[in-house]
Amino acid sequence: MINDERPTSNGEPLVRVVELTKHFPIRQGLIFQRVTGQVRAVDGISFEIARGETLGLVGESGCGKSTAGRTLLGLYPATSGYSTIAGHHVQTATGDEWLAIRRGAQMIFQDPFASLNPRWTVNGIISEPLRVHNLVDGEAARTERVKELMALVGLDSRYINRFPHEFSGGQRQRIGIARSLASDPLFLVCDEPISALDVSIQAQVVNLLEELQDRLGLTYLFIAHDLSMVRHICDRVVVMYLGVMVESAAKDDLYEEPLHPYTQALLSAVPVPDPKLARRRKRIVLEGDVPSPINPPTGCRFHTRCPIAQPHCTTHVPVWREIDPGHWVACHEVEPKFRP
Amino acid sequence: MTVYASHSTAAPRPLLLDIRNLQVRFYTPEGTVYAVNDISYKVHEGEVVAVVGESGCGKSVSMMAVLGLIPRPPGEIAGGEALFMGRDLLRLPEDDMQSVRGGDIAMVFQDPMTSLNPVLSVRRQMTESLRRHANMSPEQARDRAVELLELVGIPDAARRLGDYPHQFSGGMRQRVMIAMMLACNPSLLIADEPTTALDVTIQAQIVELVTRMREKLGMALIWITHDLGVVAGLAERVIVMYAGMIVEEADVDSLFDRPRHPYTLALLGALPRVDRRRDSRLNSIPGAPPNLLVEPRGCPFAPRCEYVIERCRVERPPLMPVSPTQRSACWVLAGGEGNN
Repeated sequence: MINDERPTSNGEPLVRVVELTKHFPIRQGLIFQRVTGQVRAVDGISFEIARGETLGLVGESGCGKSTAGRTLLGLYPATSGYSTIAGHHVQTATGDEWLAIRRGAQMIFQDPFASLNPRWTVNGIISEPLRVHNLVDGEAARTERVKELMALVGLDSRYINRFPHEFSGGQRQRIGIARSLASDPLFLVCDEPISALDVSIQAQVVNLLEELQDRLGLTYLFIAHDLSMVRHICDRVVVMYLGVMVESAAKDDLYEEPLHPYTQALLSAVPVPDPKLARRRKRIVLEGDVPSPINPPTGCRFHTRCPIAQPHCTTHVPVWREIDPGHWVACHEVEPKFRP
Repeated sequence: MTVYASHSTAAPRPLLLDIRNLQVRFYTPEGTVYAVNDISYKVHEGEVVAVVGESGCGKSVSMMAVLGLIPRPPGEIAGGEALFMGRDLLRLPEDDMQSVRGGDIAMVFQDPMTSLNPVLSVRRQMTESLRRHANMSPEQARDRAVELLELVGIPDAARRLGDYPHQFSGGMRQRVMIAMMLACNPSLLIADEPTTALDVTIQAQIVELVTRMREKLGMALIWITHDLGVVAGLAERVIVMYAGMIVEEADVDSLFDRPRHPYTLALLGALPRVDRRRDSRLNSIPGAPPNLLVEPRGCPFAPRCEYVIERCRVERPPLMPVSPTQRSACWVLAGGEGNN
């Protein structure tokens, strides 16, 4: 069983990710398949998440943020590296230990339409973790627990026997959240939990996630491309580009003083709902598209789009350095002395 | 980003599109969907108008109706007119409509993958409209197509002309779409969520491109979106829609500085800001958008509105002027009713 004490912080991080790598093989041929390449979706990332903390993982589509979330939970086998959750080694766990990790770490998915079985009732969906982990004995007690969970996420428990299609997008996302809370987890990976929802509903779901964190002492990994929402909800933020981490800091440090040219460009591209500011604001418009993760650029992976790239950026991989306390960045050009 | 003269001080520009009392309904097995309910607005030559609202608010359907793209049945234009350069588009024979679409009025859709034909080369798709609307020879059309692709910033345009849509990235596909739309020098470009499927850095590229093209070619632009941030950096005038109705219309500065409809106020309060430290929880809007299967009665936002008074539930507020450049459909904030 996963350690169930829930202090706000006792020094030891709840989640630890060490040099985690996930490559997907590219196969060709119909009968005699051979591996012709690797999609290097996640290529050696390391970070920690403290108890009760919300860590944001941001980057553009294809940067590997969702793969990182799934691999650290053990939903994908890691190519190398490892992750631990509450001291349990995810990649080597088997049997009861594996079940305990599954119970203590849950996931909230992006698409509230695809992530709920359309032929199951709300009761069936939310009670599944209770049945899998044998958490509540008896049908009646399970139904009671499901009603409790529905109330917790703001759903009317009278709708317990309805099917997913009878709910709106926001309500379905609440069903998904109730399901992930059913096994009483410590840690939730929220993979773009609000990007399929309308603006007025996004705020409802984000506020719900925050309330639940306060009440249950949850730890979140919040994967998103909406940088405004990440600033709102997260304590600390990691920026990824093409499978690697380029910058990480406490959120206000990152948003007020981004050091990596990619972070700077990314933040300057986020539209602000203020016309006067929008006219004044200087935008760094990046040229071109994200390169393919099958054959990522040499040296710094960002050098093909970087506005300040130097010749050495194409040959030397930048070192991951702590510039200020808690503010890490991988860029040769942050300080002249970092140049190779 | 360009600074536009504010709407009130600009010299009056000639009227281009005048939509009056447009009503669109769909007859479905579940009942009649009241998709667009009596909306009226004007677009002037060279003007940038943003139409904002959440899913199902009628923002796209109203534009599709103007372009004669509503399938009938199940759809029906239940009333109104759309005068474009003196002609009522809603009553134009299909043959004439085809010369308007892709000719004087061009439209860019949200998903460039589904609006481009996957089995035809970009060359074939681009030259089609040039040959049809501009009576060009195949060679002329090819040269013009290369020119247009260069104009929208596609590298190596002459070679890429023979490529198929899947060989382009999302951002590049949207550029191809825009190039196709510019082919016949439209006087009005309708962009329906053209950046929603794209990453923020690519979104910034596309917004910049469209703005530059608009300035260069002098066309009017209707930008349909749910993203108030994009609106702030782009539009001169904003139309806010809710449940098939226009609830507020204003020049962009007034809308963001002094929103005068509770829905606009609530939407702005529900947005996190990338450029500010967090000060409180997001202001979530309770409830969900109304069921369009019910014939609208009273103000559609009344069930979710914090300013609601009795009159709101029984009588639909018309758009009432609150200043020369701002109109709001609210009995309380624009009509002087209620003293709370």
